[in-house]
Amino acid sequence: MHLETKLVQAGVGKDEKTGAVNFPVYYATAYRHPSLGQSTGYDYTRTANPTRSVLEETIAEAEAGDAGFACASGMAAVHTVMGLFSQGDHLIVSLDLYGGTYRLFEQLLSRYGLTFTYVDLRDIQKVADAIRPETKAIFVETPTNPLMQITDIREVVQLAKHNELLTIVDNTFMTPYCQRPLELGADIVLHSATKYLGGHNDVLAGLIVTKGAELSEKMRFLHNSIGAVLGPQDSWLLVRGMKTLALRMERHEANAFAVAAKLKEHPAVAEVFYPGLAEHPGHDVQKSQASGYSGMVSFRVRSVEQVGLILQNLRIVSFAESLGGVESLCTYPTTQTHADIPQEVREYVGVCDRLLRLSVGIEHPDDLIADLTQALDASLVVGGALR
Amino acid sequence: MNFATKVLHGTSCFDPITGASSVPIYQASTFHQADLDQPGTFDYARSGNPTRAALEEAIAGLEGGERGFAFASGMAAISSVFMLFSAGDHVVVAEDVYGGTFRFLTRVLSRMGISVTFVDASQTEAVRTAITPTTKGIYLETPSNPTLKVTDIAAVCRIAKQHDLLVIVDNTFMTPYYQRPLELGADVVIHSATKFIGGHSDVVAGLAVTRDAALGEQLYFIQNGMGAILGVQDCWLVMRGLKTLKARLDVSTNTAEQLANWLSAHPEITRVYYTGLKEHPGHQVQASQSSGHGAVLSFDVGSRERAKALFDRVKLPIVAVSLGAVETILSYPVTMSHAAMPAEERAARGITDGLIRLSAGLEDVNDLIEDLKQALQQLPPLQKIVEVKEAFSRA
Repeated sequence: MHLETKLVQAGVGKDEKTGAVNFPVYYATAYRHPSLGQSTGYDYTRTANPTRSVLEETIAEAEAGDAGFACASGMAAVHTVMGLFSQGDHLIVSLDLYGGTYRLFEQLLSRYGLTFTYVDLRDIQKVADAIRPETKAIFVETPTNPLMQITDIREVVQLAKHNELLTIVDNTFMTPYCQRPLELGADIVLHSATKYLGGHNDVLAGLIVTKGAELSEKMRFLHNSIGAVLGPQDSWLLVRGMKTLALRMERHEANAFAVAAKLKEHPAVAEVFYPGLAEHPGHDVQKSQASGYSGMVSFRVRSVEQVGLILQNLRIVSFAESLGGVESLCTYPTTQTHADIPQEVREYVGVCDRLLRLSVGIEHPDDLIADLTQALDASLVVGGALR
Repeated sequence: MNFATKVLHGTSCFDPITGASSVPIYQASTFHQADLDQPGTFDYARSGNPTRAALEEAIAGLEGGERGFAFASGMAAISSVFMLFSAGDHVVVAEDVYGGTFRFLTRVLSRMGISVTFVDASQTEAVRTAITPTTKGIYLETPSNPTLKVTDIAAVCRIAKQHDLLVIVDNTFMTPYYQRPLELGADVVIHSATKFIGGHSDVVAGLAVTRDAALGEQLYFIQNGMGAILGVQDCWLVMRGLKTLKARLDVSTNTAEQLANWLSAHPEITRVYYTGLKEHPGHQVQASQSSGHGAVLSFDVGSRERAKALFDRVKLPIVAVSLGAVETILSYPVTMSHAAMPAEERAARGITDGLIRLSAGLEDVNDLIEDLKQALQQLPPLQKIVEVKEAFSRA
């Protein structure tokens, strides 16, 4: 069965009693036991909830994994996965990383004796050099946020397997529609499902998918023990969003191509980062490991003064922190998503104060291009005259 | 303002923009920013959402604290609060904590370099003795689950002050209606709001309240950083439940008290645990630090087969994991709430094979008594079991 079909069929027909096409929202915390020592399979909603189960089975299947786990947010998913590690363990992590993940690692988990080395994962030799006896895993974001750097997942997996490390991939930007890291050999896939999977900027959620029975069992234990689980209404909303994932991703990508092409030729723009562009340094790797390029485009303007003017003048594109929704959003990583990353680290990786990130929505491309063009034009006008 | 009024009018009881009598559900993950230089109150829903903020303000107000936090579950609240500690720190924990807390402390947090000593916190001196140079906090649950041991919160807080320790109290069984640990000197209060606060067995949620703003900032950083937040629909449901907290507890506590008295006099019951009973060892302390005894009681029927027979024969109570609902819930700690605890640890805490926990709901008390009466009448005889056991031990 194709992914499009699997997603649309999520939960369909599972409610045998009524035949409801959409699976109901189970607002129950506890489940009546038929007798002492007997269970219906559901005991307490933190441990398992029927609505959440539909979501978890759907994402597990979509990512070609063995078990899925729904969490209260993307960060709750990252944190739950990190529960696999113990004091003294070391991880190798993408250098260009979502700021929230960086903050969790450096400001919270470091207090528990976990250590992290941030490496440009495009350079496999550097990754190999960073491995220590206490290294337990490689944490990959590809494409990276916000610079869209592409990591060769197969190459990292090969190195990880050779050194008995887990490979964890944050697949938020790509979704299983474009990229399935578990099929490329990774062990765990993570999502901020708030983004493309939910797709409507209306639900906060995280997902984890594991490969293998033992790892799945460990994750089940952590998910239940830490308790950062997703509520039933949010689980239902997420399944609802995922049914249209394929349609949305096609449109996001088509619009992103159109926007990237327009940005490239605008005089206000110095540089465009989109893996779909043939000249993008990661284009070939992306093409070999993913079936698409998704809808995230970053660009650098020529001067920092332009940033405020662009954000002020955008009419259709919202200036807000998030991505992957049907509405187009523009984010300023320096003060928003990546504010928790120290300035020198940010600048070293290229997240400078002239960088803007666009999550291209599914509006008509002409409207998006017109809006971006007028805002970019305005950013070149100082005191009524062209800069 | 009295609690009954405060629970309805204390905070955020209506939407300031439209006047709507109930806070709207902001099903939004992100918020448009009008100006780059002047960020709005809300930017990303993990960091803050108006619906969640209303619940967080409400619980902070009711517990008499500075800052409230809503989490995805009671365990998410507990695991987030424990992040206030770091590797190398030691925490003194009441020995009969909820099984899920025990599991988190011994199987997840222990790997992160945090050590824990379990003590009988109802013995204040035992808490003092357990303090080491690396101790950073004391974690209490009072009355405890399921044997309802009572800890003198103020006395423990005095010891904590001498050693500069944080006191964290799981207030799930009491709710702020009956007990406000922050007023007794504690620093953080935690709730499984799935229980009495939500009250309808329909939402899993956790809450935490800090006494002061500085600790509130630390916990906010953890809540936002770890992201184990409560979804908006669930926040709204908890607030809806909160409005009837006092009315529900008045009825349920009265029922629990009558059931405890009735069970105490019943020949088929070997022991009843309820702080409202004068003979309960914690009765005095409970009466001095709380304004009620709550709706949870436990009783011992003597053996697993008698417990099973009772569960099979009762008609009204739900046999389920959880408590604190409109429906009366019977649970079997050995395989439910305390299944995560090893058998020897359970035995040491008096969680026997015959122990049953009852959370009184809103049914008519006479209907509940009739139901329990018919179920107890049909149990395998208690005396015979004792005789057979003795015969076995002699053989």
